[in-house]
Amino acid sequence: MLTEFGRVLIFLIVGALFVAIGLVTAWLLRPHRPYPSKLSTYECGESPIGDTRIRFNIRFYVVALVFLIFDVEVVFLFPWATVYKGLGWFALIEMAVFLVILLVGYAYAWRNGDLDWDKPSPAVPQYEHGVGVHSSSIQDEIEV
Amino acid sequence: MGLLDQRFENSNVFVTSMDALLNWARLSSLWGMQFGLACCAIEMMATGASHYDFDRFGTFFRGSPRQSDVMIVAGTVTLKMASRVRKLYDQMSEPRYVISMGSCSNCGGPYWEHGYHVLKGVDRVIPVDVYVPGCPPRPEALMEGLMKLQEKVRRESLAKGVKV
Repeated sequence: MLTEFGRVLIFLIVGALFVAIGLVTAWLLRPHRPYPSKLSTYECGESPIGDTRIRFNIRFYVVALVFLIFDVEVVFLFPWATVYKGLGWFALIEMAVFLVILLVGYAYAWRNGDLDWDKPSPAVPQYEHGVGVHSSSIQDEIEV
Repeated sequence: MGLLDQRFENSNVFVTSMDALLNWARLSSLWGMQFGLACCAIEMMATGASHYDFDRFGTFFRGSPRQSDVMIVAGTVTLKMASRVRKLYDQMSEPRYVISMGSCSNCGGPYWEHGYHVLKGVDRVIPVDVYVPGCPPRPEALMEGLMKLQEKVRRESLAKGVKV
């Protein structure tokens, strides 16, 4: 007799066979006549300029990070919305707490100027003889 | 060449029954390339929409030439566009077919005499399988063109040297 995991194994085998048969059949039947223009990168009919592996501006990193946080927030909101009626006030307060925690992060990002493309006040390190490299704010503290 | 494609000297019962199955499969799912050049493309869109329902022929439009079987050149092929059309055709995977839709891509159409910027027929840059006349052709005409192409695909063979 098959165990529960035996059925999973059958699924795995059938899945692998399904893909393998498809690929092998296509390999048997397809015409194979490559030439440079056919193999060139599809760019809506234009000739590709340069390499695809280029450097992106580091500022996209913060944008992506902030996006990710609120993306996950929405992902959590959808299942919450479906069971909200059954759970009542408890669910509402729980979600409010969750949103407030994320809002703190949002406020932090806003205050830091991460939502602006150009940072308003870059902290430029300054050198003073005999003291070392300090950012301007630390230097103020030392003087006080 | 593939492992079986164009490898048989003459047709036997294996080749002909394989041809029948293969051609049926190919002609029943001729995916079009999402690519329109001028007003004919509006008629092409109408053909793809629910009223004329291109999907019942197994034809719907793909956003990449790699996944497309048939390129419907719908509209005026300007000289600037001609090299792009050629490149897009090159990038399609085989077997690939071309339907030239409308007078402009058939022969230059109204731009035949004085159109300094128009290619006088898309068949000057890519091989065309079916020409659909009209300016622009009605969706019914395009559907007939597709059915003509299906008839053409039905006659293909794995055997060597069978010209369609």
